[in-house]
Amino acid sequence: MNTTKVSGLAPWEEPGSAAGRIGKGGVLVLVVLAVLLPLYTIVLTSLSSADTVNRVGGLVLVPDGITLDAYRQIFSDSVVSRAVLVSTGVTVVGTAVSLGVSVLGAYALSRPGTLFHRPILFCVLLMFVFFPGLIPTYLMVASLGLKDSYWSLILPSAVSAFNVVVLRAFFMNIPRELLDSARIDGAGEFRILWRIVLPLAKAVTAVIGLFYAVGYWNAWFNAMLYVDDTRRWPLALVLRSYVVDSNPLPTATVGVSGFGHVAPPTLAIKMAIVAVAVLPALVVYPFVQRHFTKGVIIGAIKG
Amino acid sequence: MSADADTRSVTEVRPGATQAGPAAGPRKDAFAARLRRDWPLLVMAMPMLVLVTAFWWVPALGNVIAFQDYNPFSGGILGSPIIGFTNFAQLFGDAQFIRAVVNTLGITAFQLVFYFPLPIALALLLNSVVSGRLRAFIQGVVYLPHFFSWVLVVAIFQQMFGGAGLLAQILRDHGHAGIDWMTNSDTFILLVTAQTVWKDAGWGTIVFLAALSTIDQNLYEAAAVDGARRWRRMWHITLPGLRPVIVLLLILRLGDALNVGFEQFMLQRGAVGSKVSEVFDTFVYWSGLRTGDFGYGAAAGLFKGLVGLVLILAANRVAHALGERGVYSRS
Repeated sequence: MNTTKVSGLAPWEEPGSAAGRIGKGGVLVLVVLAVLLPLYTIVLTSLSSADTVNRVGGLVLVPDGITLDAYRQIFSDSVVSRAVLVSTGVTVVGTAVSLGVSVLGAYALSRPGTLFHRPILFCVLLMFVFFPGLIPTYLMVASLGLKDSYWSLILPSAVSAFNVVVLRAFFMNIPRELLDSARIDGAGEFRILWRIVLPLAKAVTAVIGLFYAVGYWNAWFNAMLYVDDTRRWPLALVLRSYVVDSNPLPTATVGVSGFGHVAPPTLAIKMAIVAVAVLPALVVYPFVQRHFTKGVIIGAIKG
Repeated sequence: MSADADTRSVTEVRPGATQAGPAAGPRKDAFAARLRRDWPLLVMAMPMLVLVTAFWWVPALGNVIAFQDYNPFSGGILGSPIIGFTNFAQLFGDAQFIRAVVNTLGITAFQLVFYFPLPIALALLLNSVVSGRLRAFIQGVVYLPHFFSWVLVVAIFQQMFGGAGLLAQILRDHGHAGIDWMTNSDTFILLVTAQTVWKDAGWGTIVFLAALSTIDQNLYEAAAVDGARRWRRMWHITLPGLRPVIVLLLILRLGDALNVGFEQFMLQRGAVGSKVSEVFDTFVYWSGLRTGDFGYGAAAGLFKGLVGLVLILAANRVAHALGERGVYSRS
């Protein structure tokens, strides 16, 4: 059922008053600008020379000579480039682990009536209503010896009950006859999942994968909690330390003598770090955007 | 494998003759048959169960340290002395804890009034955009900040509204005094609400837009024929159409009242001070983890977890009572 008005107004709809339309348009322009303007000036500043930034006295709004100096500098600096690598690695491995575990779990839970179906589902749904608490979780991670390990950034947050339930709802909607006929042809559960269910649920799997990936890329608190070693810092910690708190970048002397004798990062460098942190979301975004509604609605309303 | 096809019919419809049904033989045989049939599914669930056990069940049970004078170095969870509710008693006498409770509830209430209606308004506005492509573009733009981390959002706000930010810079250029909203504790509640709006108001429209698209267009046409103008149609058709979703989300937000953006407050606690920015989660972190008083922090965390549990279950109840499908009713 396509209820959107694709071309113009419905025949019975009177156009709104001119003032009303201008008002609405104005609000929408402001809303769009509120999102895009900060991004624009941040990217532009990161591409501006130190001179330009100094002359303007802050963020640059009007382009005046584009240079990649700031990016060259942050990628020659081992702290930032290492952090990008760490974040990328954690995101890739974490997303693979999370998606694998969630898809398998959701499929296992997609058929009511199978053995232990209810207790397992109960376990997952419990995660919705009760958070075990920061401190016991911290003690558990520490006692597993995961502190300062990259796994501490992945395993504690690997399973999201919400994502499992969304995937499960999709898997349950796949016609039973399809699965049954595959079973009669002798296909095992793993083959059915891989060959029939996943191809049919490609879109939702992609969206859930994006949700997980965004979560890993953005995670700050777990890293702050579990990773003390600055050489293992993900980008979020670097962003906090150098951009928000303006700590000096320990250029060239990472981890040895470290902080103190270098100037705080220039605005262009800060903004370059911000731009690098934003970039992956911007790149992946267009490919999955059209599937958002499905994923979110199924999870939020239908369940 | 042939029994597979009967799985559902056995449990749901109970037809007469199936060799694997529970009625076919003693319970034990049925169990063995079901195990033979369903073991691949159990294997598939295993990784998830291991992770949930390690990072949910064990920590959940580890909350016993809330009732202990817990010392990780001598004794640990088994050897630390049990002190009953001493930690909780201390908690309720702790001015900082009371402050965290008051701040959390205050911020939730404030955002219920000043954040909650915005996605609805924005969705109505978007829905009135006639051109499909323009609307898709605006949607694409407003969803975007949802995918930024809190660190990034705080960094961006700092660059816009901080002491050295764009707004202060523009004000100074025009001969005014600069501003610094990032460290001003008086306006902190406005700042965090603005950040929440910027990050999530656009994303929040998705649910409402979907609800709007399910409203029967014939209703509008019929109303128009009956002479109802724009605003009357909005009042009598659109808003009633949205009501179930609004009620549901409102109830869920109330059930989640103890959660205000955790990272958001952790990140900015230093800049504005703990007086206005201390919330439940930051209290647990600073009074428990930072000081090494694990039992005390765990007590605060457990208190929050249990109150949150009650709130969520109550919210779900209310949703059911109002005829909505609560979120936790999935079979």
